[in-house]
Amino acid sequence: MNVDRITSLFEKDLNVINMGLESFSETLVEQGVQSTHVFWSPPAGGDARLLEALDVLNSRKEEIDLANKKALEIIQKGKPEIIDIQIAIDVIPRMTARTVLHAGPPVTWENMCGPMKGAVIGGLIFEGLAHTREEAEQLASSGEIIFDPCHHHSTVGPMAGIVTASMPVWVMKNAVYGNRAYATLNEGLGKVLRYGAFSHEVIDKLRWMRDELAPILKKALERHGPVDMKNLIAQVLQMGDEGHNRNRAGTSLFIREMAPHLVRLDEDRETIAKVFTFMHLNDHFFLNLTMPACKCIIDGARDIENSSLIVTQARNGTEFGIQISGLGDRWFTGPASKVDGLYLPGYTADDAGLDIGDSTITETVGIGGFAMAAAPAIVQFVGGTPEDAMNFTLDMYEITLGENSVFQIPSLDFRGTPTGIDLMKIIERGIYPVINTGIAHKDPGVGMVGAGLVKPPANCFDEALLAFAERVK
Amino acid sequence: MIHAIVEKDLYFDSVFLMLINSEVKKLKGILNAVVSMGTEMNIELLKDMGYADENVLTATSNDLLVVIESVDRETADTAVAAVYDLLNKKKKKNSGKAYQPRSLQSAVRDEPEANMVIISLPGEFAAREAKTALNNGLNVMMFSDNVSIESEIELKELACEKGLLMMGPDCGTAIINGHPLCFANVVAPGDIGVVAASGTGLQEVTSCIDTFGGGITQGIGTGGRDLKDPRIGGKMMLMGIEALKQDPSTKVIAVISKPAAHEVADKILRALEKTGKPSVVHFIGQPRETKRDQMHFAGSLEETAKIAVALSKGESYSPSVFTLPQSEIRAIVAGESEKISSDQKYLRGLYTGGTVADEAIILLEQVTGPVYSNNQKKKELQLPDPFKSVGHTIVDLGDDIYTVGRPHPMIDPTTREERINIEADDKEMAVMLIDIVLGYGSHKDPAGAIIASLKEARLKAEARRGYLPVIASVIGTKNDFQGYDATVSTLESAGCIVMPSNYQASMLAVEIIKKRGTL
Repeated sequence: MNVDRITSLFEKDLNVINMGLESFSETLVEQGVQSTHVFWSPPAGGDARLLEALDVLNSRKEEIDLANKKALEIIQKGKPEIIDIQIAIDVIPRMTARTVLHAGPPVTWENMCGPMKGAVIGGLIFEGLAHTREEAEQLASSGEIIFDPCHHHSTVGPMAGIVTASMPVWVMKNAVYGNRAYATLNEGLGKVLRYGAFSHEVIDKLRWMRDELAPILKKALERHGPVDMKNLIAQVLQMGDEGHNRNRAGTSLFIREMAPHLVRLDEDRETIAKVFTFMHLNDHFFLNLTMPACKCIIDGARDIENSSLIVTQARNGTEFGIQISGLGDRWFTGPASKVDGLYLPGYTADDAGLDIGDSTITETVGIGGFAMAAAPAIVQFVGGTPEDAMNFTLDMYEITLGENSVFQIPSLDFRGTPTGIDLMKIIERGIYPVINTGIAHKDPGVGMVGAGLVKPPANCFDEALLAFAERVK
Repeated sequence: MIHAIVEKDLYFDSVFLMLINSEVKKLKGILNAVVSMGTEMNIELLKDMGYADENVLTATSNDLLVVIESVDRETADTAVAAVYDLLNKKKKKNSGKAYQPRSLQSAVRDEPEANMVIISLPGEFAAREAKTALNNGLNVMMFSDNVSIESEIELKELACEKGLLMMGPDCGTAIINGHPLCFANVVAPGDIGVVAASGTGLQEVTSCIDTFGGGITQGIGTGGRDLKDPRIGGKMMLMGIEALKQDPSTKVIAVISKPAAHEVADKILRALEKTGKPSVVHFIGQPRETKRDQMHFAGSLEETAKIAVALSKGESYSPSVFTLPQSEIRAIVAGESEKISSDQKYLRGLYTGGTVADEAIILLEQVTGPVYSNNQKKKELQLPDPFKSVGHTIVDLGDDIYTVGRPHPMIDPTTREERINIEADDKEMAVMLIDIVLGYGSHKDPAGAIIASLKEARLKAEARRGYLPVIASVIGTKNDFQGYDATVSTLESAGCIVMPSNYQASMLAVEIIKKRGTL
């Protein structure tokens, strides 16, 4: 009988981890014993069906661990680079003149929320397929328009996420795995298409972006060469951004990268100045770069048999949906949640639309809400303290496969961000991914009304786990 | 030599510093130590002791004072280092308070030096976490009950394979490296190692060891089913015995268990014999065997402690029932039984500790015949209504039937208070027998909480022209935070007779019942 570990316990200082009654830990601390109390919650909320599924999965733990290890490695090694700006129809797979891509899981025109309908209207007017709101609505409901999630086309879009044929898009390439990802250029704040606004000024801005901004940036980018997004994101995390709701440092860094090339272009001084000003006045310009960068990283880890990695979480304003690496293209959805947040002057919770956008792609590779500890300033936006930001991130380590090898958080002693969301851990720990997001007005055409935190619907994770257990069994 | 340090603006609370103080005083070569805040009173005290240099005299109540009197400078330095070590532990804990890890895995990451996991989660989740703990190389103390036999077997097999402790399920008491875990007492350090398949049994034996001037190395709990169920087969008891065998500090081994399966008991005795260390065994409610070689058999929890202390001190052990001289016992019995009325016939034992209740049942049965209880193994003597006493009755109020929706009566005394009030109206009650369990985990004043009810019960008996003797024993030591002496005084203030152990309390009650029978 080997009792070495017991006798060595007798020789060491007692060091306790306590689970359950906290007073057991407190009395030990009073005695000067090191004791760590675990803030525990029951796995799967105590749901017998889910616990049974977890048991099934745990019996195949080795294969799942191996698959997840591979998935995490792909995330860690992925290297997205901005290589170009192109017109959507020329580069996005299976894009047609009558295709409208949208955020989140699949949704029909009839079931779309207000902001998404507004953005579709704007998109159709921008394409010249309709001239008025009424014409656009008629066309959208006629069945002649192909609506499809951005995610089905290696694309991601913030908020409504509408992408139409002639919009310019960033082209991101994964230098290690070769896959590409796309996203439109960010339109700025205020009345913008992604929040469902479609007035003349919105359409005019989109045209300027297509005709002037995009070609100029494309030329500057050609002079600069591929931009290493992984490196830029790593830098912005050390400058107070988290890459989802705070992109001030990222936008500044991007301007710095581009500036020497922009000024050398053979363009009118005022035209160049307008490009600079546009980027400068829009703190979220960089968001439309972090999103396709993250998409480009995580897409490398899709379709790995036995992997419980979440490869997509996205919302269309009606539903929240996730996809699992080991379950292919299947969506698991639940009703989109209300956002708990703060509102811009003049707006209240009554004006708020439900949770919307593909921007939650950032969390799948360990930035955004998962890196909130790097961006303490963000919590003011959601009415919290810097300590809350820290705790959000610490909680996310409970549901991720590992720590990022490149994205680090200075205040956590440069610990890598929690990376690779594991469906199994979510159910086991009863902890759900933290999401911070902007809030769109519920009606088409109004725009952004606030920002806050949102809880994803639990049922889509539950159903995904049951399906995963069925598949692995 | 005297070595004094004044640490400016470093505040700690006084109770914590007192604990450090007593730790440091135990170190070799230390003649005296004062670790305290620089309050006026403390500085006066240091002046009187001749320890106050100019530095100490200028200290304020926000400054920490560390004064060490030792045989030489080196010892003083070691002691100062020990003080800071203990202080830092506290600081570390406080700074980490903002964030509590959400899972065992994260706790291990934050605290890689962790070596023990205490689990008091609901039973259906406890086994899952225990398995994770064992797989991470951590010893486990599982307070939770409602864990299946199958899970217990699986966990203990895993623990054996890994060479780790799996104390429990349903393990309420352990003392590891001198630290009481969950429900346990502050027992002096010494050379007696105890393994017990009984929580209150372990509390009673370790407290008695302390009372009789002995001390312990480790108090290992196994959970109540370890020896009872042949499928578990005493796995943790065997591990505990082997660990104590290999532990150089342990000179004497004491083993206690609730009734054990026959083949399991044999296995335990053989293992104990093989340790080559003197040992004492007590299987509660089983006939005592005759001594073999270095192995002794005790007839009660108290005797287990007595024999262990005698072995530890190399003294011979001579059996006796009472600590007090026979004449004094006779006087107490005569005094207490004299005023009992002819209507008063039965003993009523109202217990919070399960094993001590069992011990009382067994002792009483041998003399008075049938004793009813919710704990009775004999079916015909199980209480038909657990809330109503019949004949001689001893109840274990820690039983689930009494604690639905409320904490164990050791934590929340109201369960017993209510029962005392009910018994008080029963004119057939002749003697009341109670236990008072001190130590960590227990209520802050378990005697004070029931004292009004006890007084009332005695007054009611007198109103019926009778008299109610209340016999109590206090499980605990002088160092338990509730205060042993204070507890005894509280009980005595209500006219209770306080005996040094549950065994002696039970035997005194038996004597009074016997005496009443002859009246």
